[in-house]
Amino acid sequence: MATKAAENPASISTESAPDAVVVRFAGDSGDGMQLTGGQFTLSTALAGNDLATFPDFPAEIRAPQGTLFGVSAFQINFGSREISTAGDEPDVLVAMNPAALKVNLDALKPGGLIIADTGEFTKRNLDKAKYDTNPLEDGSLARWDVLAFDISALTIEAVKPFGLGNKDALRSKNMWTLGLALWMFDRDRQPIVDWLKAKFKTKPEIADANIAALNAGHAYGETAELSGPLKKVHIDPVPAEPGLYRTITGAEAVSLGLVAGAQLAGLPMFFGGYPITPASSILHYLVRLKEFGITTFQAEDEIAAICAAIGASYAGQLGVTSSSGPGIALKGEAMGLAIMTELPLVIVNSQRGGPSTGLPTKTEQSDLYQAVYGRNGDAPLPVIAASSPGDVFECAIEACRIAVEYMTPVMLLTDGYIANAAEPWKVPDPDTFKPFTVKFLQQKNATDAEGNPRLLPYKRDAKGARPWIKPGTPGLMHRIGGIEKQVDTGNIDYSPDNHQAMTDARRDKIEGIARDIPLQGVTLGEEGGKLAVVGWGSTFGPIRRAVDNCRNRGLDVSHIHFRHIWPLPANSGELLRKYDKILVPEMNTGQFKTVLRDQLLVDARPYTKTSGQPFKIAELEAAIELALAE
Amino acid sequence: MTEVTKVETTLKDWETDQEVRWCPGCGDYAILKAVQRTLPQIGADPANTVFVSGIGCSSRFPYYMETYGFHTIHGRAPAFATGVKLANPDLDVWLVTGDGDGLSIGGNHLMHVLRRNVNMQIMLFNNEIYGLTKGQYSPTSREGTKSPSTPIGSVDHPARPCAFALGSGARFVARGFDVSKKLPEVLIAAHEHKGAAFIEIFQNCIVYNKDVFDDFAAPKGAEDQQLWVEHGEPLLYAGGTRGLSLDRENCCLKIVEVVDGDWEAAGVAVHDVKNRALAHMLVELRFGEFPMALGVLYNDPHPTLEEGVAAERAAATKGKDASLAKLLGKGQTWTVEAEGGPHL
Repeated sequence: MATKAAENPASISTESAPDAVVVRFAGDSGDGMQLTGGQFTLSTALAGNDLATFPDFPAEIRAPQGTLFGVSAFQINFGSREISTAGDEPDVLVAMNPAALKVNLDALKPGGLIIADTGEFTKRNLDKAKYDTNPLEDGSLARWDVLAFDISALTIEAVKPFGLGNKDALRSKNMWTLGLALWMFDRDRQPIVDWLKAKFKTKPEIADANIAALNAGHAYGETAELSGPLKKVHIDPVPAEPGLYRTITGAEAVSLGLVAGAQLAGLPMFFGGYPITPASSILHYLVRLKEFGITTFQAEDEIAAICAAIGASYAGQLGVTSSSGPGIALKGEAMGLAIMTELPLVIVNSQRGGPSTGLPTKTEQSDLYQAVYGRNGDAPLPVIAASSPGDVFECAIEACRIAVEYMTPVMLLTDGYIANAAEPWKVPDPDTFKPFTVKFLQQKNATDAEGNPRLLPYKRDAKGARPWIKPGTPGLMHRIGGIEKQVDTGNIDYSPDNHQAMTDARRDKIEGIARDIPLQGVTLGEEGGKLAVVGWGSTFGPIRRAVDNCRNRGLDVSHIHFRHIWPLPANSGELLRKYDKILVPEMNTGQFKTVLRDQLLVDARPYTKTSGQPFKIAELEAAIELALAE
Repeated sequence: MTEVTKVETTLKDWETDQEVRWCPGCGDYAILKAVQRTLPQIGADPANTVFVSGIGCSSRFPYYMETYGFHTIHGRAPAFATGVKLANPDLDVWLVTGDGDGLSIGGNHLMHVLRRNVNMQIMLFNNEIYGLTKGQYSPTSREGTKSPSTPIGSVDHPARPCAFALGSGARFVARGFDVSKKLPEVLIAAHEHKGAAFIEIFQNCIVYNKDVFDDFAAPKGAEDQQLWVEHGEPLLYAGGTRGLSLDRENCCLKIVEVVDGDWEAAGVAVHDVKNRALAHMLVELRFGEFPMALGVLYNDPHPTLEEGVAAERAAATKGKDASLAKLLGKGQTWTVEAEGGPHL
């Protein structure tokens, strides 16, 4: 969301219509649909529209061609108003083969437009997609507008001058399609041309072929004698706060936020990671930023990744590790050690469908229990959840701040949707960020009975945090570890009173963070009323839009979205008790609902979904209406 | 990495005020003393020294050293130590692990810290048993070991720590045992080696696996079964009356009798610390039948992980500035003017 949202507004809609379009590019996983979508996103952002995207791709790298499970899709919703989701139902479906049509047809809006490549609707491909007859010819698509032509042949024709073989020529099909889409939505081709030239710098003939395909697709829209469904649509730019903008994905934003956080702490960053979908992109991004004092370490496993990060924190850097659910499970014991030794650490969980390997490329919010409760012993740590790709940036900085100010590991939750989705982002000015520069202990911090200086590694400050002592500092040698520590001295101590005191101290320190975070506000609507729709994480967009739609129909409903999951902001209970009913939509079986009930003793009701897909606005509107009617 | 200046200390400077809590008579006491004796000899600085350990009897070691110490979690000490070294390569890191910690739950991490060649000393205390959990057989226990979890004897085949280390790509492999007077020498050599220095230290668990190393480590009468190797010196033992010779036909070492000290006539091989094949043969010598090869078995330095990381950083950051503002505004951007409407 690029638009400036007023604090606690009553409505987010504007009058003009049609003000938004949803386009879904779908093809074989080898067809380059993610690339097409990504470039279309860029051109849309440059045209000044607000937008949200939803990349939806299979877990297989190259699934067998033409199969239903090999379909890769990219959906974008863009408009001249605030866009909060990737859209429930596409207005336009680009289907590069029969399988792509079959898999995505159900979602297409009645009366929507299908653009299909007839060159791929062969007997063989129809069989693979389990079509008995060709849907382009048998009348089964009568509910929609269909524009079918041989994109394959047109692409081959367009790139003929470059002497590529048919197989290579067909690789430019996605650019031909992108060209057509750029024409349809009145977009500038130049940024894409520049990008192609840069991407294929060493292979200019490939760049030229792709540019020719792009231009041919565009020219096809412009010059072909087309009657019927293919029309040029112009979406006006969205009014937005003045400033510099770019598009950003969640994976980019979390990386940038961590870089900013480390700079604000005045520390080098150590990032320990292990390849896992969908978290690997953070490692790929940070490895290129060595000049920012970042060391990345691809460890032998998830456990080593977090342990090395804790080792680096112990040695005085900002340790960071990142993974997805199964990897986070492996890191659990080490998190306990970071809690026990009270060392700063940021743990990013890009959640995916679970349990076990689950749905690696699909989105879910089902690791909330794991984040809040998932360790042995009484092992509290702060949990922060980001609500959108842009929001992750701020959340990552906040995670770094809490980690170093409270000497604690912090869990930052994102999900597969946030990690991969893109949105326009107003580039912030780093001079406006408030630094939280770390001060390491340089000399002994107490005196003994005789008045001699003494080191107390577990002496707490007003926040309950112990000092951070870098090995190498003269005179401050001490030992830490996972065995229960004695109050103040940090020596081994198993005694009953001491364990009670230390358990309490660890709990109080984390609970105290509630005093150091903003009070919970109302995201959309009033402070009190019939129904609060309470969300966290990437459900932000659909909840916001659904609540707004319902409010425009006169319903008494408000949206409250939590960033701080643990501890909850201090006023959370007071705020939620101002509503008659509380509905908690989540992409799990009701985990935040449980936390709210447990922590606040409020009657939070679940509305849940675990299909690996984000909520649709219409589903949420129906749930809101039902909740109000009950 | 800056040159570390030598600091003058005595054994006492390395002792903590914490009561040592190993069983009376445990081999760990002797190792602790050997280390505390070694550090003053090498001029180590307590403030610059870090002991990192996992879990087990041996891993209590850091609590008894007046240095920086990190007692971590079971098996993972190599990963923590790698993070410490990458964050601050100037620190002098000693890793303490055991046969269960290092080769069972932590086998994976031990393998990777060795192959990556992170500059640290890795002491693996091998007592062939799980002591802290009350005596279960370990990955180095010999076949037939009776323990609470193997009451009629273990059936799985033991791992050989030094063979594991060599196989993982270690560039320094040495052996010693708890009460040996030569242990400090081995530790000094390990410390001099730049890279991951692996030292297997046989350690007598007097409660659960008493005297299993008596064949070569008994206080008296076992010297004849000790083969202390030295670079450039013949592989002699038993007071020079026996030696190891290369059996070219079978590609292994064989025992030969040495008459009147004429080891050359007997064909005794000369130790070469850079000879990896010889090191493999020495660590594979069958226990009992052959003497125990002790000392520095292999020492052939290689660039360390920290050096590689530093060199890569220097090359990758050359001419680049760390401007956060520039980074945030990277890529294709557009400006929204106050009057509205985008400008590319």
